[in-house]
Amino acid sequence: MATATAPRRRLGRLERAALRGVLVREVVNYSSFWRSSTFSSTIDPTIYLLAFGFGFGSLVSTVAGYDYIDFVGTGIVATTVLFSGAFPAMYGTFVKYQFQHTYDAILAAPVDTEELVTGEGLWIAARTGTYGCFPMLVAIIFGLDPSFGMLLVPFIAGLAGFGWANFGIFIAARAKSIESFSYWQSGLLTPMFLVAGTFFPIDGLPTWAQVLSNFNPLFHCVELVRHAVFGFEGVLEDLGHLAFLVAFALVAWRLAINFMEKRLIL
Amino acid sequence: MVNSAIRLRGVVKRFGGITAVDGLDLDVPYGTCVGLLGPNGAGKSTTMKALTAQVILDEGEIEVLGYRLPDDSKQARAEMGVVPQLDNLDQSLTVEQNLQVFSHLYRVPKAERQAAIDRALDIANLQERRTSEVDALSGGMRRRLLIARGLLHQPRLLLLDEPTVGLDPQVRQELWALIDRLRSEGVSILMSTHYIEEAERLCDQVTIMSHGRSVAVGPPRDLIAQHAGTEAIEVYGSPAKLGEVEAEARAKGWSTRRTGTSVSILHANGDTNVEGERRITNLEDVFVLLTGEEIS
Repeated sequence: MATATAPRRRLGRLERAALRGVLVREVVNYSSFWRSSTFSSTIDPTIYLLAFGFGFGSLVSTVAGYDYIDFVGTGIVATTVLFSGAFPAMYGTFVKYQFQHTYDAILAAPVDTEELVTGEGLWIAARTGTYGCFPMLVAIIFGLDPSFGMLLVPFIAGLAGFGWANFGIFIAARAKSIESFSYWQSGLLTPMFLVAGTFFPIDGLPTWAQVLSNFNPLFHCVELVRHAVFGFEGVLEDLGHLAFLVAFALVAWRLAINFMEKRLIL
Repeated sequence: MVNSAIRLRGVVKRFGGITAVDGLDLDVPYGTCVGLLGPNGAGKSTTMKALTAQVILDEGEIEVLGYRLPDDSKQARAEMGVVPQLDNLDQSLTVEQNLQVFSHLYRVPKAERQAAIDRALDIANLQERRTSEVDALSGGMRRRLLIARGLLHQPRLLLLDEPTVGLDPQVRQELWALIDRLRSEGVSILMSTHYIEEAERLCDQVTIMSHGRSVAVGPPRDLIAQHAGTEAIEVYGSPAKLGEVEAEARAKGWSTRRTGTSVSILHANGDTNVEGERRITNLEDVFVLLTGEEIS
């Protein structure tokens, strides 16, 4: 091929071929570490479930009108989403960027940062959708009644997971060192995790904390999961929760792309 | 009509107060191998990254395979292969899985994927290590795998960033044979390197970079003839004596370069008054003369 006129074809944004490439890379890599990942993503919440269910459950039998095991068994879905969404995204992104130089290789192929971030976010979302159901299934063994609404839980967990995954990528894109994750973890994620209505209802909290928790995506995830399992209460209220989760996912997604571009394209 | 696989004009890239690339022009004609030669910090890596739009220019123009960067960079990337300096293979995957993943990233059609992977394994001579994890490969094998990965989609342009850095001499020669074969098959190649011998052996043309600029362009032989003459005289002695030799040579209008223990007098063709070892000039002489820096 001595001389060539390049065909004037313009490749678009968010192409399926590029997203598929990123996803294939994730899936093939996952095949080499799915055991440890699945172990920590499912055993952690199960331990929380059993510890709170039995420990706390022996002190209180019902909370906010629910059996405690039902209350915590549904609430913990959101915790799992946080654990299996934000944390793998934070650490995974940082390691791939800083130590494995993976993104250099991917961006040298016909893949843009937007596709890279979206693909990785989607893959983590798929995992959180699956892992999120696990503690609920365990809760069924301990007395949570199965319901058709539970079929919606993977989708709610997946949507929230997409938001948290992108939020994690955003944190990693801003991080100078892996140690700086501690600030986010202790300063933001842990308080959010506790004040989401997972283990205790937020009604008992001071007003300011109740107001704040309305800005906590985990709270909206918990409410939506609980309502899906036990029956939706008010259409408007639940649409509100859904809208918040969608908005959170969109904002986190764009933030992740924006900051990854700053990091990866010099 | 485009007749260069890569064309850079007036490329400038600054990082804060540092100008990494400072008005670089560069051409890689189709079907040739061009070497980008320069000491560390000359701007080679920044230039290589600009070709995949991982570095966005402050000034200047880049065309790759007729596509304007950065707007049409994705199309350009679809048709070129990149072999990075740093090993960025997926360590816990096997050789074949690494190729499989990139056959998707490089959009090799489904029906051709297995054939592309087999062909890449052949090129890299890694058929027998197909199922080995990358962790278990030697440095030379990893580098071959990196090259194979960049060739999965049969690109017509290959970027090699320091392809043999840190490898044993015999492994380096194997890779040279591989690169030479690709060039003979018509693949256009841009290779950054600071190994002079590599550039001398493989490249049709070299661009010598210093402080972000191109200081010489041409076929290695021409550059040697032009800047260093045909013969160098190597004079050994005490530092004091070397100083005298240098002064004497300069007075006669010859160029000199200091190595650790000797002075090389260049461009002294045919002069027999100077005592010293005669040797054939090489690209390293040109390099040191033009960049003012010794290379490892």
